[in-house]
Amino acid sequence: MKLRRSNRIKGLVLAGIMCLALVPPVPAKADDGVDVGYTYNYDFWNEVRYSPDAYEVVGVYTAVDLGLETNFKNPDGLFVYGDLVFVCDTGNSRIIQWKKTSEGKFELERIITEVKGTEVTSLSGVTDIFIDQDRNFYIADKGNERVIKTDWDMNVLMLFTKPVENTFDQSLYFLPDKVVADTEGRLYCVSDNINKGIIKYEADGSFSGFYGAMPAQYSWYQYIWKKISSAAQRAALESFVPTEYDNVAIDNEGFIYACSTNVSGSGLNNGSEEGVRRLNLLGKNILIQNGYDYVIGDVVWGNFAGYSGSSLFIDVTAFDDSGIYVCLDKTRGRLFTYDEQGELLFAFGGVGNMDGYFKGPVALEHMGTDLIVLDSIDNSFTVFTPTEYGNLIYQALEEYRRGDYIKSGETWEEVRKINGNYDLAYIGIGRSLKRQKKYKESLKYFKTKWDRKNYSKAFKEYRKEWVEENIAWIFTLLALLIIVPLVRKKIKMIKWEIDTADIFKNSDGGEKK
Amino acid sequence: MIAKLKDKQTYVKFIKDFKFAMYCTRHPMDGFWDLTHEKRGSYVVATLILLLTIAARLIWLGWTSFVFVAVNWERINVLTYVASILLPLALFVVGNWALTTLFNGKGKLGQVYIAACYALTPYPLITIPLAIITNGLTDDFASVVGTILTFSLVWCGWLLVTGMMQIHEYTMGGTIICVIATVFAMAVMVFILLLFFSMISQGISYFVSLYKEIMLRVG
Repeated sequence: MKLRRSNRIKGLVLAGIMCLALVPPVPAKADDGVDVGYTYNYDFWNEVRYSPDAYEVVGVYTAVDLGLETNFKNPDGLFVYGDLVFVCDTGNSRIIQWKKTSEGKFELERIITEVKGTEVTSLSGVTDIFIDQDRNFYIADKGNERVIKTDWDMNVLMLFTKPVENTFDQSLYFLPDKVVADTEGRLYCVSDNINKGIIKYEADGSFSGFYGAMPAQYSWYQYIWKKISSAAQRAALESFVPTEYDNVAIDNEGFIYACSTNVSGSGLNNGSEEGVRRLNLLGKNILIQNGYDYVIGDVVWGNFAGYSGSSLFIDVTAFDDSGIYVCLDKTRGRLFTYDEQGELLFAFGGVGNMDGYFKGPVALEHMGTDLIVLDSIDNSFTVFTPTEYGNLIYQALEEYRRGDYIKSGETWEEVRKINGNYDLAYIGIGRSLKRQKKYKESLKYFKTKWDRKNYSKAFKEYRKEWVEENIAWIFTLLALLIIVPLVRKKIKMIKWEIDTADIFKNSDGGEKK
Repeated sequence: MIAKLKDKQTYVKFIKDFKFAMYCTRHPMDGFWDLTHEKRGSYVVATLILLLTIAARLIWLGWTSFVFVAVNWERINVLTYVASILLPLALFVVGNWALTTLFNGKGKLGQVYIAACYALTPYPLITIPLAIITNGLTDDFASVVGTILTFSLVWCGWLLVTGMMQIHEYTMGGTIICVIATVFAMAVMVFILLLFFSMISQGISYFVSLYKEIMLRVG
């Protein structure tokens, strides 16, 4: 039922897109003046609730658009440092650096094709780049099987190559795909075909082991099957291996976000597998998942236009200081924005040819609250900026985080006016009221949007207040409940004693025993 | 009928019967034995308990705090909830009676019905007050509420088993086999019902299309 419904909606949207393609491109505006798009959220019942656009497209840029002669060829990596945008043009083995000069304007700064001060200076198939706070570059030079650490002027400081330790399977190639470094200069590297976790190097360049391995996934019947099968059968069976990571990102608290597309739909649904993880120093997942659903992207999948199955997160980026992070889904080309608590704020994007839709999204970065998505098939990157609606949501979350509960409530109220279907706005108002000790009013908001946890918290306080106010009545009632039956019993007793007392009995018969 | 309703004795008997149903929930072995041998069962009380059970099922949806039960009122069909009690009960009563007549059971169809309904007593008895109380509770009590609810169902199940045991005069092992066989009989009945339903609808649609065809030719 649910699936059919969502398919119908998607069908309508598709029809709408087709209509849009036919008519001349007049910018469509909703009644509230916000661009009509495909932004949505899920409600408590996992029904899609459409909303005004939270992000709008600033522009879609190819290398030629931005003043280069050769276009991108399967670009794979993207990095943003301040107002600088770095694109790893993997197919052309170069890194291109742009500077954002104003909204939607990028100026070419330099093209990096080689490094200085090592044997092999040219880059080959660069897949990722990371810059730490000391302005050192970490370049995943996949074609040369190495990660290069350089200074700002491309002078090589260190080379990270295939670990020679036994814990690293020496029969495998070292194919560094994605890199991040923490504030201590430790390097975390996702390498192709490595399923033991993220390869970690110490600041001095030595291999320190694997980090944050995902537990191997198997079901109980697979386990039993394996137990009863013979050694030869066991060897023929697929072995239970931990899954590979696809991408890493680091937030400014130093926690590493890692995402994997090697997940199953059922595992995501029951919470045993995670598409995105937030790893602490020990490699434990500390991602908070307090939303209606787990952090899995689309909750209802359907099967539309050849796209089926769960969302697969290919990249993730975490905003500075707000705990908000955005995940990029390669199945349907969507962006899922989550807050600190793991609540889905909004989802948008899709697969297609229009601006704001992607063909083969591979990488995602943020610049402030702007988002940049790299498309390796379309050979372009798209820049999104939050609309008024999106900004209000961020503002409300930020105000709540800061402890400005009254302001936060007011901002959520504005969000609610723009989008009355937005559950988090109601919950936000409720939370603000709860913080202002207006428990009774807050209960109404939590109840409307099925927020049991917050409802229970507010209700506990409300109940306490209620009991304190009515304590006199409660005691009176209790006393009455105890005393009345006692008195009645006593009266009955006295009555019975009187009725059966000897002196009131007729002593005619005199048959006393 | 009206004369009977005006008679005070009717109500006295009704209250006595109702008290007996309560007695059965507390002392099933004793109570269900008396049900058949002392003829103390009452159709009126049995039906009342059945109605109360259906009411409790709906009350649980409607009155319980949303912290414990999430009801999507846009998508719910009350009739399915009513049927979710009536249909299994009807199948059980008929299936059980049909089986036990073959296997030396002493109970009659009416007695099976009364015993089955009496066995439902704990459900409304526990659920209705619990639904009201949940409105004063928070999510800390979720597991407690769940346990109490399960307890009421287990109690009902125990009453049903002992009820069958006493009215058919079976041993405990025999009763359990009888109950399992009854479940099987219910499944068979559902299958036959579905088959019957589908055949009837096929038949009807055949005649409907025949009629349409003729009308098209004639018209």
